[in-house]
Amino acid sequence: MDQKGIGVMEPVLQARNLVKRYGRVVAMDHTDFELYPGEILGVIGDNGAGKSTLIKALSGAVQPDSGEILLDGKPVHFTSPIDAREAGIETVYQTLAMSPALSITDNMFMGREIRKPGFRGKWLRQLDRRKMEEIARDKLNELGLLTIQNINQAVETLSGGQRQGVAVARAATFGSKVVIMDEPTAALGVKESRRVLELIKDVRARGLPIVLISHNMPHVFEVADRIHIHRLGQRACVIRPADFSMSDAVAIMTGAMDPPESRAA
Amino acid sequence: MNSDTKTTGGPTPGGPADFETAAASGPRAVAAFDDHHHGFGYRIQHSLHQTPSLVPLVVLVLSIAVFGLLLGSKFFSPFALTLILQQVQIVGIVAAAQSVVILTAGIDLSVGAIMVLSSVVMGQFTFRYGLPVEISIVCGLLCGTLCGYINGFLVAVVKLPPFIVTLGMWQIVLAANFLYSANETIRSQDISSTAPLLQFFGNKVNVGGAVFTYGVIFMVLLVLVLAYALRQTAWGRHVYAVGDDPEAAKLSGVQVKKTLISVYMLSGLICAFAGWAMIGRIGSVSPTSGQLANIESITAVVIGGISLFGGRGSVLGTLFGALIVGVFTLGLRLLGADAQWTYLLIGLLIIAAVAVDQWIRKVSV
Repeated sequence: MDQKGIGVMEPVLQARNLVKRYGRVVAMDHTDFELYPGEILGVIGDNGAGKSTLIKALSGAVQPDSGEILLDGKPVHFTSPIDAREAGIETVYQTLAMSPALSITDNMFMGREIRKPGFRGKWLRQLDRRKMEEIARDKLNELGLLTIQNINQAVETLSGGQRQGVAVARAATFGSKVVIMDEPTAALGVKESRRVLELIKDVRARGLPIVLISHNMPHVFEVADRIHIHRLGQRACVIRPADFSMSDAVAIMTGAMDPPESRAA
Repeated sequence: MNSDTKTTGGPTPGGPADFETAAASGPRAVAAFDDHHHGFGYRIQHSLHQTPSLVPLVVLVLSIAVFGLLLGSKFFSPFALTLILQQVQIVGIVAAAQSVVILTAGIDLSVGAIMVLSSVVMGQFTFRYGLPVEISIVCGLLCGTLCGYINGFLVAVVKLPPFIVTLGMWQIVLAANFLYSANETIRSQDISSTAPLLQFFGNKVNVGGAVFTYGVIFMVLLVLVLAYALRQTAWGRHVYAVGDDPEAAKLSGVQVKKTLISVYMLSGLICAFAGWAMIGRIGSVSPTSGQLANIESITAVVIGGISLFGGRGSVLGTLFGALIVGVFTLGLRLLGADAQWTYLLIGLLIIAAVAVDQWIRKVSV
């Protein structure tokens, strides 16, 4: 991904001068953000640095007080996560936002079910289960998430990594522009984290840019093409993982080291 | 936005820690969905997890078999078995409404009161105001739906706990019912001479010795339609998702408020139908009838295997639950046992049903 002309390309998702105040607390203080096509952008920052407010603004969960968000160069205003989703930005929440008692297929198509054609779909509002199952199976296959024997098994019978896999597959299926992942490896063991990281790379290989929020430095340094470091409600800098060590990144994050000159790598 | 960064002094790029590379050599499939072979209990637990109405069905069949053996043809006859259906029809209809509400992790304590008020509206509008009976029935149905809407609005929009909202509505609706009706019963003879449509659900179909009232047929059809809607439509999936985890449902794009309001309105409408069916069952319009409908409906739902925590169970189970109560009631009465034995056994069944529900939930662990 290095030197592929970032800076020449237009960002897929961009934010300029975002400000968000909660009472007297300034959660976002004129922060900027850029995500380029085909990249994995890591977002790191200390607790309270305001990175989750930034991510919430990008995914529609928070409305900034001022500043603008551009998707493919056009200004957008999201009033809810549904808005952002309809614009092509899918978010994999840390809680995964799945209904444990419902099946994999039900969860993947929750809120955007496919109805049968003709009378049965239009008047009896019948769901086209076969079609949804087929798509779900295909998507899980594409991402190497199979050997699934039973696509109708309840999500709560899956392991943590499998659930994460289904959530990522859902985002990759419906996200046409951007996938945002919030701490995808936080709840997972070493092996499962490994597999989810591979999955994230697979999603990138299919052309979807990814915003990866994580506290896990080794994970971020491994998969990210660029790393956005957030500090005190602002973007401190954007670095390339090849040019900096993890301890440098932590030093910049905590203010022990000054950010490099360029504000954006 | 230049593409080369000035390195300020990071000596070596940070690579992943050693355990990462060790883990990378593990199997590559991200999620393997293997069905390991487990014990018999595990398999039962899994099939119950997928088909929660199996337990009440087995209990129903067993209890019919036991009473059939004990009582012979006195119990095991088309007449007696369809009598059970007639006895549970009102509770069955109300319990169907209760099921949908409980699936959203709510509860509706006002079902009985809404049922009675709706039947009183149907009767009084016909007899006090002389409205055509069809219009009165529509008014009764609207009345029930409106009560349900108020419940739904308070739960979904004002975000009050369903237990409290419907506890209050129960008292309010019941008091309104007594105030409005002036505690006055409309006699059966008056109804059958001037407005027989009110007793529509009391009509009977005889097949051999079996007797099916329209109310019974309505109950069965209602359960089938609800089962279809809950299983085969997006609305039904949303009802389950809202009951399971409302926050997750919202983030997945489900309109949680709309779904909740529709559920409580539907509950109110079904209760109004139950009120209409009740006129057919008892013949008269009485503001003091149906007092136990809320507790009896919750009993049927719980025995039917629907989880009070929402999101699990099926409306078919509720029908089986209502029938189990009916079988026990009639069977024990025919055996000449004290009616208290029925309550005692029902109490045991309720606790057993909830214990089974807890066990099924552990399937994920």
